[in-house]
Amino acid sequence: MALASRRGRAFVAWLGHRGGALTIFVLLFVAWEAAVHVFGIKEYLLPPPSKVWSEFWRRHEIVMSGAWVTTQEILAGYALAVVVSIPLALAVAYSRFMENAVYPVIVFLQIVPKIAIAPLFIIWFGFGFTPKLLLVFLLSFFPIVVSSIAGFKSADRDVMDFARTTGAGSLTMFFKIRLPQALPHIFTGLKVGAALAATAAVVAEFVASDRGLGYLLLQYNGQLDTPMVFATIVVLSLIGLVVYYAVEVVERIAIPWHVSQQATAKDATL
Amino acid sequence: MTLRVVRGGAPAAEAPATAPDGARAYVELAGVAKTYRRDGRQTHALERVDLAIRAGEFLAIVGPSGCGKSTLLRLVAGLHLPTSGETRVAGRIVDRPQTDLGIVFQSPVLLDWRTALANVLVQVELRGLDPRAYRERALNLLAQVGLKDFADRYPHELSGGMRQRVAIARALIHDAPLLLMDEPFGALDAQTREEMRLDLEALWLATRKTVLFITHSIDEAVLLADRVVVMSPRPGRIERIIDVGLPRPRGLPARRAPEFVQAAELITGIFLARGVLHGAGGETTQDQNP
Ligand SMILES: Nc1ncnc2c1ncn2[C@@H]1O[C@H](COP(=O)(O)OP(=O)(O)O)[C@@H](O)[C@H]1O
Ligand SMILES: [Mg+2]
Repeated sequence: MALASRRGRAFVAWLGHRGGALTIFVLLFVAWEAAVHVFGIKEYLLPPPSKVWSEFWRRHEIVMSGAWVTTQEILAGYALAVVVSIPLALAVAYSRFMENAVYPVIVFLQIVPKIAIAPLFIIWFGFGFTPKLLLVFLLSFFPIVVSSIAGFKSADRDVMDFARTTGAGSLTMFFKIRLPQALPHIFTGLKVGAALAATAAVVAEFVASDRGLGYLLLQYNGQLDTPMVFATIVVLSLIGLVVYYAVEVVERIAIPWHVSQQATAKDATL
Repeated sequence: MTLRVVRGGAPAAEAPATAPDGARAYVELAGVAKTYRRDGRQTHALERVDLAIRAGEFLAIVGPSGCGKSTLLRLVAGLHLPTSGETRVAGRIVDRPQTDLGIVFQSPVLLDWRTALANVLVQVELRGLDPRAYRERALNLLAQVGLKDFADRYPHELSGGMRQRVAIARALIHDAPLLLMDEPFGALDAQTREEMRLDLEALWLATRKTVLFITHSIDEAVLLADRVVVMSPRPGRIERIIDVGLPRPRGLPARRAPEFVQAAELITGIFLARGVLHGAGGETTQDQNP
């Protein structure tokens, strides 16, 4: 009983926190549903939410197996980006040679619209998993590497001077000062990269594929099966959301001090 | 007569190995000059400085912004090396970053991911010492700087003055004989500054470390220091060294003591003559910081 009421209070608190956004979503769906019926909008133009849901439920197995394919591409490409970009950022931040040789290249490549490279990947790597993985990698890679470099270079001059007066070795300084100081920047990059990963996977599937949510989306689109187009978009958004949120959870665990610091700053400005 | 004026910038030949009154010098600068070179541009930050800080002395440096005060402090710490001349600490030439000292900057430069206690202890951790052995001492120091109940707070939960107090505790934890402070109260409001000044004097009286204290507040320099070094605008030279004869501890009433007024007016006069301070009369201090 006590537990139930505590949960109840927690739920009310959560509602108070998220209630605004939730209300707007509900209102939006209600208005959408109502508008479609009242104005008699054709289903292939704008299906009502109820229809999207019922169609999705009827064919959810196809959509979910497509979702699984896309999720794998996202996770593999993103993981590769993380594993490559953070060590590279370290090298660029700490080696003068790497900074002179590699950093300008990174900055230049960052400007190239990566999505335009997708067709090339198809030519080089065929229709399978590889070109999708590579496009996800490519899109996630740059924000992570750029903000990690900024993070590793962000050490304040006075902090480093203080550290030098302790006689600490460079490894000690790295683990006690530079790495923790870099983490907030690195996580910013990781979150931007995570948000781009889903986009990259779908675009790669658009270009050439026989499975995945991007493939399904084109199929449904061609058949003017608009309810399923909507359903697929929703599932895709949910995948993106989960990946992004997972990174945020890791961030909360890894750098709780930064998260609460931001919360304090926000409170102070309210 | 408690106020003595000693000419600074003695010629290199008589660069004092001992301080003027014969006491042992802990920090010595002999003909020290520093020119920064960056992108082919040169900045003459310091021009031939001769200075000796006695062991256990509280020495303050005042001077306008950009006159090379921080440069001088960094030279003593070995964070920069002089372009010419020689710096010695405890008789040894400074040719690399010195570790037998504590340093406090204008901004507290705490580590955001560490509590106040852990920020104090980072000093010993970076030195490869066991922080557990220093825990008690760190807590005592935090209590001494008025942060008894804040040991487990993170920097963002502390006020500016409290953060600077943590930084001071961090500079004292390893009990080094030399304390370098570069405008440590420069970012604080007037009332906090006054409190910090009184607490710093009490700490210093208890430990008698050699202190090099940089400020651009004339009041602060006179109220804290045994001697005040007045610097000229860039390129920085020592304009005058002033003995402050105020008895200690110098509480709040010290501001009304004739020694204080005399010294503050003398320094103000020098700055007016050098065009550092403008404005007609009345003002004896430049306590308002930018
Ligand atoms: N690392 C540096 N590189 C180039 N110029 C510098 C550097 N540090 C200080 N300066 C210049 O040297 C002069 C003295 O600086 P500083 O010692 O910081 O003065 P203060 O602390 O008295 O304000 C200033 O003109 C400043 O711009
Ligand atoms: Mg300065």
